[in-house]
Amino acid sequence: MRRALAGCLALSVAAPPLGVFLVLRRMSLMSDVLQHGVLPGIAMGAAVGGLSVWAMGAGGVAAGLVVALLAGWFARRTGTGEDSQLAGLYLVALAAGVAMVSAQRGVDLTHLLFGGVLAVDNTALFAMAGAATLTLPVLAVIWRPMVLESLDPGFPAGFGGLWHGSFLGLVVISVVSGFEALGTLMSVGLMMLPAIAARHWSGSLAGQVSLAVALAIAASVLGLLVSFNVEIPAGPAIVLSAGAFWVVSLVAGPREGLLRARL
Amino acid sequence: MISAPPPIRLEHVTLRRGGHDVLRDLTGDFAPGSLTAVAGPNGAGKSTLLHALCGALPVTSGHIDRGGLDPRSIALLPQEGRLDRSFPISCRDVVALGWSARLGLFRRIGTAQYAVADHALAAVGMGGLGARPIGALSAGQFQRVLFARTIVRDAPVILLDEPFSAIDTATEADLMAIVRLWHREGRTIVAVLHDFELIRAEFPDTLLLGSGHPGWGPTESVLTVRPGRPHHLAAAYPASVERAA
Repeated sequence: MRRALAGCLALSVAAPPLGVFLVLRRMSLMSDVLQHGVLPGIAMGAAVGGLSVWAMGAGGVAAGLVVALLAGWFARRTGTGEDSQLAGLYLVALAAGVAMVSAQRGVDLTHLLFGGVLAVDNTALFAMAGAATLTLPVLAVIWRPMVLESLDPGFPAGFGGLWHGSFLGLVVISVVSGFEALGTLMSVGLMMLPAIAARHWSGSLAGQVSLAVALAIAASVLGLLVSFNVEIPAGPAIVLSAGAFWVVSLVAGPREGLLRARL
Repeated sequence: MISAPPPIRLEHVTLRRGGHDVLRDLTGDFAPGSLTAVAGPNGAGKSTLLHALCGALPVTSGHIDRGGLDPRSIALLPQEGRLDRSFPISCRDVVALGWSARLGLFRRIGTAQYAVADHALAAVGMGGLGARPIGALSAGQFQRVLFARTIVRDAPVILLDEPFSAIDTATEADLMAIVRLWHREGRTIVAVLHDFELIRAEFPDTLLLGSGHPGWGPTESVLTVRPGRPHHLAAAYPASVERAA
């Protein structure tokens, strides 16, 4: 439980800034694609390397990167109907992942999809903390090019594709690192929901990022407490907490909030 | 004055976008310090040409000779719709980001650079509005901010993509004064424009793109006025509907 809390706090610091950029770049659907896309990789990792965090994690990261590349390629090649291609991609990935997991003995599908606090051992904690440790400095390095490219895609930032690639790499690592505690389907919740909630409060990038981190930390603490006392998996508990913040923000937030819009 | 930019030569340049040739076999050059208007109907390849000039789009065939000029020191002021106006960023930060092209992506944009940014904002009549988020600006104010960012870039070659569309006449007059200043400083300027009166009044050279052969040279010889429909415009605008639009 203490490990789960430490891990989720690490994730709460690293993931929401990525979520803010995904929201700003109108790539929210991409997070869906990745959270489903990593599942076949994790199953493959488990089949090859057994139930170790590293084997499943490496498989998950590899699969996530493949899916991210495929999604980008589809978007460039087809031009139209980008989001429908993405939907197709993640539906297939989820089905493939579930089929592969079910074919193996000893792998608990519910756990993989939705997480379990008690499953967070030291290795899993290191994975989460390691992902956060990697994410923050890389994000600091690519921050300015990311802002430039999001604002004005034509500005000569140089190495255009590299920033985007590193960014998607960070998203994949972040999603995978959270799967032991939160489950593959839920770990994106901690990335996206605080980011979506924060945009209803702040008009500056720095403000949105700091608020998203604060909300993610609060959701982690609240969700773990609920999960510990009410016997529901940690993933849904944390994501529901973050979801509650989002609903409040959507209704009462000063920017584009529902109440404000009616006045 | 700035050191004279090299001429930019186009040799049989063909540009392709979305699977179609939008510009075919264009040859000519932008002389150092020239002030050229690019005109023509929609789809004639005006924006595409600017993107190729600043190196954002590879040429399909032919060659663009920039005389050794780094494409990054060619500043493109993009069409208004190509930027994400909902991005949460202040005017001041947008203008300061103009430094990125000169400083690279990692050197710090510090106090001195922000001072230049503030100065540029004042020069476009936006002094004191630096803290405003870009989402709260009118189209004219946002265009002023983009001009300030271009001032900060201090580029020897400046490309303007429809700089005066969707803005009021007062703003157009203010921004045109900045274009004149750039011209006096010896920078090479290429601007995509639709307003033929403005082109005749302010732009010594014109490149007219469109169906048939392009016209490129002194404005008075390219935009010839004849009784009825101007000769070259008849070629550039095959349907009168397009002329009205």
